[in-house]
Amino acid sequence: MRAYLPAYQLKALPSLAETLQQMASEPGAWRPFAGGTDLMVLLEAGKLAHKQYLSVWHLPELRGIEETPEHIRLGALTTYTQVLCHPTLQREFPLLCQAASETGGVATQNRGTLGGNIANASPAADSPPALLVYDAELELVSASGSRRVAYHGFHAGYKKMDLRPEELIQTIRVSRKMKHWKQYYRKVGTRRAQAISKVCFAGAADVIGGQIRDLRIAVASVAPTVVRCVQTEQCLRGRRLDPERVRAARETLAREIAPIDDMRSTARYRLRVAQNLLADFLGGLQAE
Amino acid sequence: MSEAAGKVSVACKVNGKPVVLCAYPMARLLDVLREELRLTGTKEGCGEGECGACSVLLDGELVNSCLIPVLQAEGTDITTIEGLASGDQLHAVQEAFLACGGAQCGICTPGMVLAAVNLLAQKPSPTDAEIRTGLAGNLCRCTGYMRIFEAVIAACQRTGIRS
Amino acid sequence: MPKRYIGQSVPRKEGREKVTGRARYVDDLTFPGMLYGATVRSQVARGQIRGIHFEGSVPWDEFTIVTARDIPGKNCVALILEDQPYLAAEQVNHPEEPIVLLAHADRYLLEEARRAVRVEIEPLPAVFTIEESLAHKEVVWGENNVFKSFLVTRGDVESAWKQADFIVEGEYHTGAQEQLYIEPNGMIAVATPQDGVTVWGSLQCPFYVHKALVALFGLPKEKVRVVQMETGGGFGGKEEYPSMIAGHAALLAWKSGRPVKIVYDRAEDMAATTKRHPSRTRHRTAVSRDGKLLAMGIDFVIDGGAYTTLSPVVLSRGTIHAAGPYFCPNVRIRGRAVATNLPPHGAFRGFGAPQSIFALECHMNEVAKAAGLTPDEFRRRNFIEQGQTSAVGQVIRERVDMRRLLDRALELSDYHAKTKRLAAENAHSRLKKGIGFASFMHGAGFTGSGEEYLASVVSLEATPEGRVRVLAASTEMGQGTNTVFAQIAAETLGLDYEWIEVAQPDTAAVPNSGPTVASRTCMIVGKLVESAALGLKQTLIRSGLLRENYEPAEFRQACRKYIEQFGPLKSTSQYQPPPGVHWDDEKYQGDAYGTYAWAVYVAEVTVDTITCEVRVDDFVAVQEVGKVIHPVLATGQIEGGVAQGIGYALFENVVWQEGRMVNAQMTNYIMPTSADVPPIRVYFEENPYPHGPQGAKGIGELPMDGPAPAIVNAIEQATGVRIPRIPVTPEVLLEALEGELV
Repeated sequence: MRAYLPAYQLKALPSLAETLQQMASEPGAWRPFAGGTDLMVLLEAGKLAHKQYLSVWHLPELRGIEETPEHIRLGALTTYTQVLCHPTLQREFPLLCQAASETGGVATQNRGTLGGNIANASPAADSPPALLVYDAELELVSASGSRRVAYHGFHAGYKKMDLRPEELIQTIRVSRKMKHWKQYYRKVGTRRAQAISKVCFAGAADVIGGQIRDLRIAVASVAPTVVRCVQTEQCLRGRRLDPERVRAARETLAREIAPIDDMRSTARYRLRVAQNLLADFLGGLQAE
Repeated sequence: MSEAAGKVSVACKVNGKPVVLCAYPMARLLDVLREELRLTGTKEGCGEGECGACSVLLDGELVNSCLIPVLQAEGTDITTIEGLASGDQLHAVQEAFLACGGAQCGICTPGMVLAAVNLLAQKPSPTDAEIRTGLAGNLCRCTGYMRIFEAVIAACQRTGIRS
Repeated sequence: MPKRYIGQSVPRKEGREKVTGRARYVDDLTFPGMLYGATVRSQVARGQIRGIHFEGSVPWDEFTIVTARDIPGKNCVALILEDQPYLAAEQVNHPEEPIVLLAHADRYLLEEARRAVRVEIEPLPAVFTIEESLAHKEVVWGENNVFKSFLVTRGDVESAWKQADFIVEGEYHTGAQEQLYIEPNGMIAVATPQDGVTVWGSLQCPFYVHKALVALFGLPKEKVRVVQMETGGGFGGKEEYPSMIAGHAALLAWKSGRPVKIVYDRAEDMAATTKRHPSRTRHRTAVSRDGKLLAMGIDFVIDGGAYTTLSPVVLSRGTIHAAGPYFCPNVRIRGRAVATNLPPHGAFRGFGAPQSIFALECHMNEVAKAAGLTPDEFRRRNFIEQGQTSAVGQVIRERVDMRRLLDRALELSDYHAKTKRLAAENAHSRLKKGIGFASFMHGAGFTGSGEEYLASVVSLEATPEGRVRVLAASTEMGQGTNTVFAQIAAETLGLDYEWIEVAQPDTAAVPNSGPTVASRTCMIVGKLVESAALGLKQTLIRSGLLRENYEPAEFRQACRKYIEQFGPLKSTSQYQPPPGVHWDDEKYQGDAYGTYAWAVYVAEVTVDTITCEVRVDDFVAVQEVGKVIHPVLATGQIEGGVAQGIGYALFENVVWQEGRMVNAQMTNYIMPTSADVPPIRVYFEENPYPHGPQGAKGIGELPMDGPAPAIVNAIEQATGVRIPRIPVTPEVLLEALEGELV
C-alpha cells in the first residue's frame, strides 16, 4: 500500500445537489468516487495522482433500473451484480449480462459500476462494447442542469471523454429495439475468469430472409477507445452474407481498428482474433 | 485513539458488534480491520483486488476489502472470517474445509471460506460450473482447487440441500 | 497389525486455526514500538552507484537509514558462493537490487520517503538472455558468465551417431515462473548488539536464515534466533530468499534499536525476489530402426540471473533428470548455469527438473515420430528397468514398472480411443482436441551426498502428562508437515494423534533437521521422527517403567515417573545414509538419489482455433510413491502441483524489459483460477521404499514435472504443430499455426 494517505481527501456529501455544487465550485478540484474498484488499485500502487474525491456511492439518484417500452434506464451506480439479477436485462440484453458476468469475479461485480466503468474509460472495458451495440445514451448532470449525449462518440481519445469536470454520469439509457436481433458477445481474456480482455467483441444483427437489415458491431482492446465499427457495419448493412462479403468485412475491420503490442498481448493477435470473432458472429447469422 | 488531522469517524457493525472506526477516509477497509480492530483473519495477498484473500461480507455481499475506502463502510454490516463461527461451533463450510482438505497453507482460506459461504447463500445447490464461477475471484496456489470444490459440495450436503 | 493413522486422512493439525482465521502469519504480528521497513532498489540493470540522494520534504532525521556501510559483519548472503550482497555498495547487477533500507513508525510516510530517495547510477552494458550471456555480449560474472557446469558422460556418443538409423534434434525453451505464494515475503526483526538478533517470518528453512544472519552480524550462533510463523505458501520461493529480507529487517532493527517489520507488497515480491530459472535445452538423439535409444546428447542451460544463489544445485538436479526414465547406453549431458543481469533466479518446486523434463518429454515424441512409432510404443521400448543403470550411473535397485504405469494412465484417460475419436472430430470442428502424456521420475531428498552432509537431526520429547512434542526445523507451509509428523509419531508410539504436538520451528528450540525442500520432509525427516519415536519408546521400556505392549494410559504414567526420577525425557535421531549408496561428486556419477517417485501424466486439451486459447479438459496423474501416509494431503500435493504445472505450460509469462519484470501484478501475471483448472484425477501406486517412514517416498515436487510436456504434446496432437517453448500463450500458438498455414 504505497499511497501517502494523509494527502487524500474523500468526502460523502449528504445529497446529489450538494455534491454537484461542490464539483461546480472548483471545476476539476473534486472528482467523483463510485465503487472504488479502479481508483483504489491506483491508490495502492501509489499512482493515484488526484487527491480530492467525493464519494457518490450513497446517492440514490444514481441508482435504480427503470423500464419504458422503448428503453431501459440504468443508474450510473448500477453494479454488475445488479445487471445480472435484472429479469428484463437477462431476457433482452444478453450482451450486457454476459459482459457483467465476465467482469472480474463476484467481489468485483458487487462493487464495480457501469458509470464508473465508463468514466474510467479503459479501452479494455467489458461493458462498453455491449452499450455501444445497444445505442446507449448517457444523461450527464451538473449543478447547472443536465444533458444527454450518445455514448457513441463519447470517448474522443485515450481517456478523453465528453464529460466536463463538474459533471456526473447519472443514467445510462439503452434501447430495447435489438431484443429480437441475433446477439453475440465474446471476451477473449488472459484466462477464463478474472481477466482483462485482449479482445472483446459485441455484435447484434437484424437478419430477415438471409439479408442483414441492420446491425451493430463494437470491439474493445483494439484501439485507444472502445470502437463502434461503423465502416464494418456499413460494409454489411443491407447485404446478404456470402464468403466474399465476409472477407470484405474482415478487411474493413482491419482498417477500422488499431491494436497494439502490450504486456498482455500483441497487435497481430488482437487483429486476427477480432477478425475471427467477426467471422464467427457472421457465421452464426448465416445459420438460419 | 485521538483524532489526527484528516482522519474521520466511521460507524458500522463488524461481526455483529457496533464499532466506531477512526481512520483516514481513503484507508483500506482491510487495513482498518486488521490494525484498528486487530481482526487479522482477513489477509492481503495482492493489493489489487485480484486474489480475494481480503474478501469480507459487506451488507451480505462479498467484496474485496482492499478496494473499499473505509469512509464507504459507514453504516454497513461487515462480516469477517472471525464472525463466521459461533463460539466453538464452526460454520458448515468451515467444517467441510476441514474434512475435505480445502485448506493447505491457509492464507487464501478466510477469503475462500467467505466466498463459499456467499455462494451458497445465493445458490444453495450450485452446479459444478456455478461453484467454479462463484470462487473464480479467490486465488489458491496450493490446492489446485479440487478439494475446495469438494468442500463446497460437502457443505451443501451437510446442510442437506444438494441433490 | 492394521495401521491406525498411516494411510488415514486425519484432521490437519493446524486446520482449525486456518479455517477460522486464527493462524498467525508474520504480518498478523505487531510489537510495541515497532517500525516498518522498506527497501530502495535499483532501477537499472547494471551500473556503478555514483550517489544516493535523500530528497523531497521528508523529515529524514526521523528515519532509520541503512546502507552497505552499516553492515557489522559480511555484506554477503551466505549460501553457496559469496557473491550476493545484502545491499549493493559500488555496483548494481540487476534491476530491483537492494541499495538502501529505510524504517519509520508511519508506514505511509515511509512510502513517501521511499519515493524520495534518488540513487544515481551510471549504467554499464548488461546481458538479459541465455544467448547473450553465452555469447559474451558482456562478461558480467566471473571470467565467462558461467556459475557452474557439469558434464555427465556414459559410453561413447560419438560412435553412436555414426551407427544411428535416425538422428533427431530439437531445441526447447522454458520461461521464468513466479512462485506466487498468496502470502508475500515478510519478516519482523528485533536486534541489538547486546542481545543478538531474533527474526520471525515467512520461511521454509530456519537454519538457512540463521546461518545467514550469523555471518551478516558476525555474532556467535547462540545470539541469533529464527522463528517460523505460519507460512502462506513457499514452493521454494521462501527457501533462500528469506535470508535477504531477514537480514534487511535485522539491519534496520540493529541500527534503530526498535523492532522492524518488512512485508513486501505483491509488486515488489514479484519483481525483486527469485523465480524459476529460464532454460534452453538442445537435444540430439540417435535411435535405431527398431526404436531403441542409442545415444542422447543433451545441452542444458539455465539462466541464473545476476548472482549464484542456488543455481549450481538447480543445475545439478536438472542435469541428472535430463535423460529421464529411459535406458540409453551412450549419454552426454552438458549442463551450464549462466549469469545475466536479471534478479537472481532461485528455488521453485521441481528445481531444474521441470525444465529438463519438459524438453525431454517433448523431444521423445519427436523421436518416436522419426522412428515411425507411437509415443507410447516408443516409451515402452526404452523405459529403464530394475537392474539397469541410469545416465549418471545409478543402478535402479528398486522395483520399477513404467510400462504398467503407462498402461494404467492411458487406460484411465482413455488415451487410445480418444486419440482416434478426437482426430475424426477435429476434421469438422473449429475446436481441435488432442491428448498427450509425459512419463518421468523425480528423485527425492538431496542429491548425492547432500543428505549425509546435512546430517539432519530430529528430537522427540515427552511432557510429564505424556504428551509428545516433535522438535524439527521442517516447516509447515500447507503441504502437511505437522500432520504427517504427528501421524508417524502417533503410529510408532501407539498413542492418540491428538497427543502429539509439533513444535513451532524455532532455532533456539529445535534441532536442525535440514531445509524444507527437495521433497525430503516426509521421506527423510519423517523417517527421523519415526526413529526418534522408537528411541523414546525404547528409553521408557529399558528404564523398566513401561512394558512392551503398553496402553496409552501406561505410557503417560511412565513419562511422568521417568521425568520425576531422571529428568527430561528426550530422544534424538540423526540421519544415516542407507548402506550401499555411493555418489562421486567429482565424476558426477553414482547413486544420485536414494529413491525416485515414478509417474505418467496425461492431459486432454481443446484448442479453439478462433482465439488459439488452449483449455485443459481432463488431467490424469498416475504415480508410484512408496506409501501414501495421508491420502488427502498426498492428493492435494499432486492436484496443487498439476495446477502450477498448467500455469507453467499455458498462462504464466514473465514479461521482461531491460531485465525488469514489467507485469509484476496479479492482474498481468496470470495464474489459474478455479475456472481454469480441469478435473484433476489422481491415482497412487505403492512400492514401499525401505528407508522411508512406513515406506513413503518424497512427492512434493514430482507433480511439477509432468503437466507442461503432457499439455504441449496434446497440443501437438490437436493441431499438428510442435511448440518448443512454454508458456504456450494464444499469441505464440497463433504465430505457430499461421506459420503452418503459409
